[in-house]
Order: sequence, then C-alpha cells, then structure tokens
Amino acid sequence: MPAIVSFQNVYAGYERRPAIEDVTLDIEAGQFVGVLGPSGSGKTTLLRTLLGTVPLQRGEITIDGRRVSGPGRTPAGYVPQLQTVDWNFPVTVEEVVLMGRAMSSGLLPWPRKQDRDRMHDILERLGIGEFAKRHIRALSGGQQQRVFLARALMRDSKLLLLDEPTTGVDIATRDEVLHLLGDLNRDGVTIILTTHELNAVAAHLPSIICLNRKIIAYGAPEDVFTPEILGRTYNAPMHVVIHDGMRLVAENPHLAEALRGTGVGGRRHVEHIH
Amino acid sequence: MSTFTDPLSYEFMRHALVAATLVGGLCGMIGVYVVLRRMSYIGHGMSHAVFGGAVVGYVLGWNFYLVAGGWGFISALLINQVTRRRQIGADAAIGIITTASFAFGVALISRGKHFTRNFDAALFGNLLGISNQDLLLIAATCVVMAVVVFFLYKQLLFITFDPEVAPTYGVPSQWIDVAFALILAATIIVSIKIMGVTLIAASLVIPPVIARLLTNSFAKILALSTLFGALTGFAGIYISYYQNVASGATIVLLAAALFVVAMAISVIRQYLPVASATQERPGRIAVLPQDLDVH
Repeated sequence: MPAIVSFQNVYAGYERRPAIEDVTLDIEAGQFVGVLGPSGSGKTTLLRTLLGTVPLQRGEITIDGRRVSGPGRTPAGYVPQLQTVDWNFPVTVEEVVLMGRAMSSGLLPWPRKQDRDRMHDILERLGIGEFAKRHIRALSGGQQQRVFLARALMRDSKLLLLDEPTTGVDIATRDEVLHLLGDLNRDGVTIILTTHELNAVAAHLPSIICLNRKIIAYGAPEDVFTPEILGRTYNAPMHVVIHDGMRLVAENPHLAEALRGTGVGGRRHVEHIH
Repeated sequence: MSTFTDPLSYEFMRHALVAATLVGGLCGMIGVYVVLRRMSYIGHGMSHAVFGGAVVGYVLGWNFYLVAGGWGFISALLINQVTRRRQIGADAAIGIITTASFAFGVALISRGKHFTRNFDAALFGNLLGISNQDLLLIAATCVVMAVVVFFLYKQLLFITFDPEVAPTYGVPSQWIDVAFALILAATIIVSIKIMGVTLIAASLVIPPVIARLLTNSFAKILALSTLFGALTGFAGIYISYYQNVASGATIVLLAAALFVVAMAISVIRQYLPVASATQERPGRIAVLPQDLDVH
C-alpha cells in the first residue's frame, strides 16, 4: 500500500521549542491509526501540522504525494473536539454540514443542488437524515459527533482526521463513534484520530502511534503496549495486563497490584517497568 | 395632516427617517456577526475611538467621514492586532486604545465651549442635520455591506461558528478578520450621526438578541435582525420627533422594549407543548451578559 501521509524529519510548533520533534512517519492508505500520548505530548499539534495550521520549523509533510503548504490546502476532513463547539450558536444540522463545502460551492449564499444532495446522502448514511432541520444542541452526543463527521465527509476526502473524538462522551456514544469510524475505514477512508484513552480506545484500534513529542513507537497494540514503550510515552511506570490475549494497561500500579490478587480468571500475565 | 405624514413635510425628517431605517438595518445585520463573534465590547469601544477622530476632523474643519474613517480604520487594525496578542487581556488592551481616543476627543472639545451642542449630538444622536451627502454615504455603505455579506455568507458563517476549524477547510480567516474589522468601522462611522457614539453598541447588539430569542437558524436570525433594526430605526425617529428625545436614545429604548416582548414570548413558549418532534424551542441566547452592557 502506498503512504497517504508522510512526515519527513518534522519539527513543528509555535514556540521556540517545537511541540513535536524529529517526526518521521509513513501512514499507508486505508489505515486506521490512533495517536496516543499524554497531555502536552503533541497529539493535536501532529494533526494540525497535517492540516497546515501549525508552522513547520523543519522537515516536510506530504499527503498523497503533495506537500502540505498552508491551512486549507490539505485534502482532509477534520473533526474537532466536541468540547470546542459552541452549542448555543444558532445553527441547524444542515447549516453545519454544508460548511464542509464553504469554499467550493460557488458565490451564492444558498447551497447548490449537488451540495444539498450530497449532504442528504451523507446524513442518511450516518443515520441522522431526519435531524437536518434541528438545532445542533437538540441532538444526543453520538448524533452530535455524526454531524461534525458529516461536515468532514462533505470534503469527499479519503483522509479523515479526528481530534479526541471519544473524549467527554459516554460509553455508548464512544462505542457508537468507533463502530461508525470502523465502517468508514472499511469503505476505504484512512482515519487518524488522537486519544489519551488507553484501554477504552487505543487497545481496540488496528494501529497505534505512541507520541511524546517524538515518535516512541508505531505498530499494532500488541506490539506497542509494552511497559517499556508506554513508560517512555507517559514518563511514568505502566503495567500491562494480558487478559485472554488482550493487552490492558493499568495506569495506576496499585491497581495492577490489586488486580494481581483477585480472581479475575483467564490467563493473566503482568509485565512492569521499574 | 395625519400623525404619520405630518413629519414628512420637513426635509430633515425625511432624511432622518431614511437614514435611521438604513442604519438600523445595517447595524442589525452586522450586529449578528458582532454578537456571535463575541465582539460586542469591540463594537462599543470602536464607536468611542471613532469619536476622537470625529472631533479632530471637526476642529480642523476637515471632512468628517474622511477623518473619522481613517481614525476608525487605524483603530480597527490596532484592535485586531491587539486581540491576537496573548500577554495582555484583549478587553484591557481594547479599553486602553478606545478610551484614550475618546478622551482625546473630550479634551479637544473641553477647550472650546461652543462645541457643547455638537458634543451632545455626537454622544446621543440627533435627527437634525442629516445631509444629502450623509444619506448617499449611508446608502452606499449599506449596499456594499449587503453585497459583502451576500457573497461571503458561507465563509462568514463558518468562521463565526468555528474560527479554529474554518481555516483548515480553506476559509481565509486572516483576510476575513481584517475585512470584518473594516466592515465594523464603516458601520459605526455611518451610524454615528443618527445613533450617537454611546448608543451605537446597543443598536448592534439588541436586534440580533431579539432575533436569537425567536429562531435557531442563522439565516433567519440574519434576516430578522436586519428587519428589527430597520423597524426600530424607522419608528424610533417618529417617536423622537413627537417626544423631543434624542434619536439614538429613542431607537435604543424602542429596541429594548421589543427585547422585553421577545423575551416574554420566549418564556411563554417554554410552557407550551412542542408542535412536532423535529422542532425545538429557540431562545438560549448565545451572548455573554456583558454583550448587553450598554453605557
């Protein structure tokens, strides 16, 4: 598979000290990748360098072979954190979704027929077609996430970037969002999302990038969920519990100790770093 | 002659009615963006800043619009730059720029006592003295602003709703920010004679807030706010004529009364059953308390 996203020796950030350093990375088309790291590790900066909104200090980023040269030039759909949305803003679902074509749908203030048709297709596909005329606040958490996903899909891009799509949502919404992203990925959309949720999100994704200003590791969860790699990612001792073949991380060592003493059952193996 | 047609026999009243209706509609339209971009304080400050330029123009005998326009343009750019800096709070920095400019105008005025009447007019608005030149400029500004809002509607909506994300979709946010600062400066300058420095902010804020109480759709808010602005401008001038009250104050008081009515409708709606499952009530106002703080 060819690389859809390529970072070559990238240093980026607003301050003199870059927020991400020496990032060299290829993400193949069709991948579903989670960028994992603690607060301040540069996850959002990594996404924003891809979007061209954070200046590169060194290096080069290409998407589909074309160099990223500034904001708005990236052919990617972007879904921001829901916490940044002003839910009281007077705007309906269809008004938000049509923003995805703000720069490509002509000079007139109303949408073209093809944009409206595309919007209805996407809303139906995401299961929120009946809510087009509703105010964005009048939806459930999962539906709200779908609205912003729909706006990103209006760009008809094969690359989707999501900043913490599961933060601040309940468990049912989180699962709903991840399943939906899985469906889109199976349709050929490359997905890159950031997350700090180790067990609830990262452990279920096909690929993980562990980031702590630099790339610590990139691979499948079974390869990168090791005490050594997670310890370097989070700058803290991390315990990994292998339970029925699945790797789970005990972020609190005392929790791991507690787990060790319980009759959880199944095959259990705990690795830890000192 | 009837109550309605009697004032129309005076040329100054015909001018004032057209000017107030156009200015009211313009402020109502631009005010939607001002309120939703949380720029009410900037609008309030800029009207004070422009006052300094207006007085300088008056003292030097230069064209009001040229001097106030240039002054407003520089203030707008300064405010735009200042709000991007993080080490000083934007509100504090805007306060320094705009009140210093206002104080400069007051200092100049206080040196010449014969300015008192004009001083009152500049502060609170006056329906006398709207010339043909004023009317032409107001009309031209309204046309230009309507064209800009029409053709930049989608980009302005995106950047107002989601200023962080809009650039990633290709919306030229820096250009639009500068353009918007100029739009605001132009709106304030053409409104200053009829509304008065101290009351322009209210005509920018109240119509959008009334519209927000009545609908959840951005497009409808834009239309309703423009309509309410124009209506309060038109009716305010009549009341001003009959009650002998400053035009700016009358228009703002009328708008405030409409706000109370809209608020009452909004409260009553909360207790009525919702008509259908796909509709929900508007009315959570997307403005901060200070947006309504009109001095």
